Amino acid sequence: MKRSFGIIAPVVLWLTVFLVVPMVAVIAVSFMQRDELGNVVYSFTLDNYARFFDPLYLGIYWDTLWLSVLTTAICLLLSYPLAYYISNASPNRQKLWLILITVPFWINFLIRTYAWVLLLRTQGVVNNALIDIGLIQEPLQMLYTKGAVLLGMVYTFIPYMVLPIYVALEQMDNRLLDAASDLGATRWKSFWHITLPQTKSGIMTGSVLVFITTAGMFVVTDILGGAKAQMLSNIIQNQFLGARDWPYGSALSVLFVLSSLIIIGLFNRALRSSYEASKEARV
Amino acid sequence: MLMIELVNVEKHFAGQPVVHPLSLKIDEGEFLTLLGPSGCGKTTILRMIAGFEQPTTGEIRLDGENVTDLPPNKRNLNLVFQHYALFPHMTVEQNIQFGLKMKKIPQAEQRERIADAIRLTQLTPLAKRFPHQLSGGQQQRVAIARAIANHPKVLLLDEPLGALDLQLRKNLQGELKQLQRNLGITFVYVTHDQEEAMMMSDRIVIMNNGRVEQVGSPKDIYERPETLFAATFVGENNVFHEEHMFAVRPEKIRVAAEPEDARKSGIIQDIVYLGNIHKLIVHLAHEQTNVTVALDFTDERKWEIGQRVGVNWNAQDEVMIGP
Ligand SMILES: Nc1ncnc2c1ncn2[C@@H]1O[C@H](COP(=O)(O)OP(=O)(O)O)[C@@H](O)[C@H]1O
Ligand SMILES: [Mg+2]
Repeated sequence: MKRSFGIIAPVVLWLTVFLVVPMVAVIAVSFMQRDELGNVVYSFTLDNYARFFDPLYLGIYWDTLWLSVLTTAICLLLSYPLAYYISNASPNRQKLWLILITVPFWINFLIRTYAWVLLLRTQGVVNNALIDIGLIQEPLQMLYTKGAVLLGMVYTFIPYMVLPIYVALEQMDNRLLDAASDLGATRWKSFWHITLPQTKSGIMTGSVLVFITTAGMFVVTDILGGAKAQMLSNIIQNQFLGARDWPYGSALSVLFVLSSLIIIGLFNRALRSSYEASKEARV
Repeated sequence: MLMIELVNVEKHFAGQPVVHPLSLKIDEGEFLTLLGPSGCGKTTILRMIAGFEQPTTGEIRLDGENVTDLPPNKRNLNLVFQHYALFPHMTVEQNIQFGLKMKKIPQAEQRERIADAIRLTQLTPLAKRFPHQLSGGQQQRVAIARAIANHPKVLLLDEPLGALDLQLRKNLQGELKQLQRNLGITFVYVTHDQEEAMMMSDRIVIMNNGRVEQVGSPKDIYERPETLFAATFVGENNVFHEEHMFAVRPEKIRVAAEPEDARKSGIIQDIVYLGNIHKLIVHLAHEQTNVTVALDFTDERKWEIGQRVGVNWNAQDEVMIGP
């Protein structure tokens, strides 16, 4: 007993300092009030949670969830074929592809996001090109739309989806595919019944990473969405830095974490049951 | 009736020959074993028959049909993989059902065949378990059940008992042989274990470095090895080089306490007790080689290490090997 505690003690300490203490602090503050100067007043209230059920905030909350789900779905649809292709390439090609996928991380994230501004704005590269080839007469409003935010999110987070799926594909025992083929499966059936379920952990990891980071990202929304496409994370950021309303910001954070957990749980269950249902019905 | 025919089948990997031209006929219901040391090309031959490798040249016929260009999923035979390759996310039952679903066998028949396969392999209490909840021997049975449920014309088995411990292997050898007799399916079995090959097979193909050394029944191969490799790979043997090369099995050699009149003489170097028999290792001074002599339990003479003895055998027990 004593010895095993000695081993886990650092882990417990780490979790306490970096996870438990901040979480408890945020939850505590979310039930407090503030004075006119923005200082936290230590008296209990539920107002911060009540305020959330304002149609304005509910709308933003809904937009945020929807954007995160959409980003996750698009990343997944683009990443799976890409990861599949990479894992089937020759070892040298695989290395090259993995480098290409991680290259964007070497460049400052803000610079990469501002590059999209140059591409998308009214006098930007894309609009000019479209006008030059005569496809449109007037420049399109692409920047400061929800579409631009979605594009930025997908662009930013796609590596977080490709890499876990690639790892899962690499870890899979390819002899299972031989066995499936030996038992009469076509390539598509082998993929559906063997490869997909065997790489579920990669899909799950990638989806959770993309979903959480998208929902929590405010820089992309600030730069590409402007004032029109506000997300929950922008509001939270603003409560802490601009409005100096820490209790309300904390309440929003707590709600955000709770709903993220619920959605991940639902997603996990859906993935399992959809696969099981398809196993019953499809074969 | 002829079931499998290999016609001048040859396989090169990156220009290197791994299987030299091989012609072989395998009968329906036969238990044929490919026997040879690791790396001699056994798995490659099996994978060519199953369709995972394309022969560089030559033709493969299954039940009269040329299947050389057919993919694995279009061949009516099954391979039991060396490491089983069970699907980890499926239960025993689902593993067995997989092939039946792929072939769109009607539900009722699927259930029947699964039940049969599970019964034949004694897996009934384990049907709902996942592979990782099974022991090595049980996983091996699932691999067999998954294959035979498809009612293949031929079952290919790649060292199916190789990963198991000795006792279990001995038990399963008997079971497998029994199963093959009951089902009447042609088995093409791969092993590097000569005892296993001898005990299970109708016919053995001895392979070395991608070439066939000898094809024959276990008795043929034991009693009349044709090459030096065959003579020494299966069972123990004493090889003599005189005007020609010949071999004499240890149990055909007699020892004499008086070396003077014997064919050859030497010094006892070691005595090995193996329960029902014991062996003398005799070092022949002239030939600079050792001779192994097997004595049965009726021999009650006293032998000592260092003792000078003679060795004798009958001319009809000499087996000529090589040209
Ligand atoms: N896909 C492959 N590419 C290149 N060489 C191979 C391949 N498969 C097998 N070999 C080579 O062919 C030889 C025979 O292999 P194998 O058939 O697996 O032998 P065995 O099953 O008798 O141990 C070995 O030297 C092995 O390295
Ligand atoms: Mg092998």
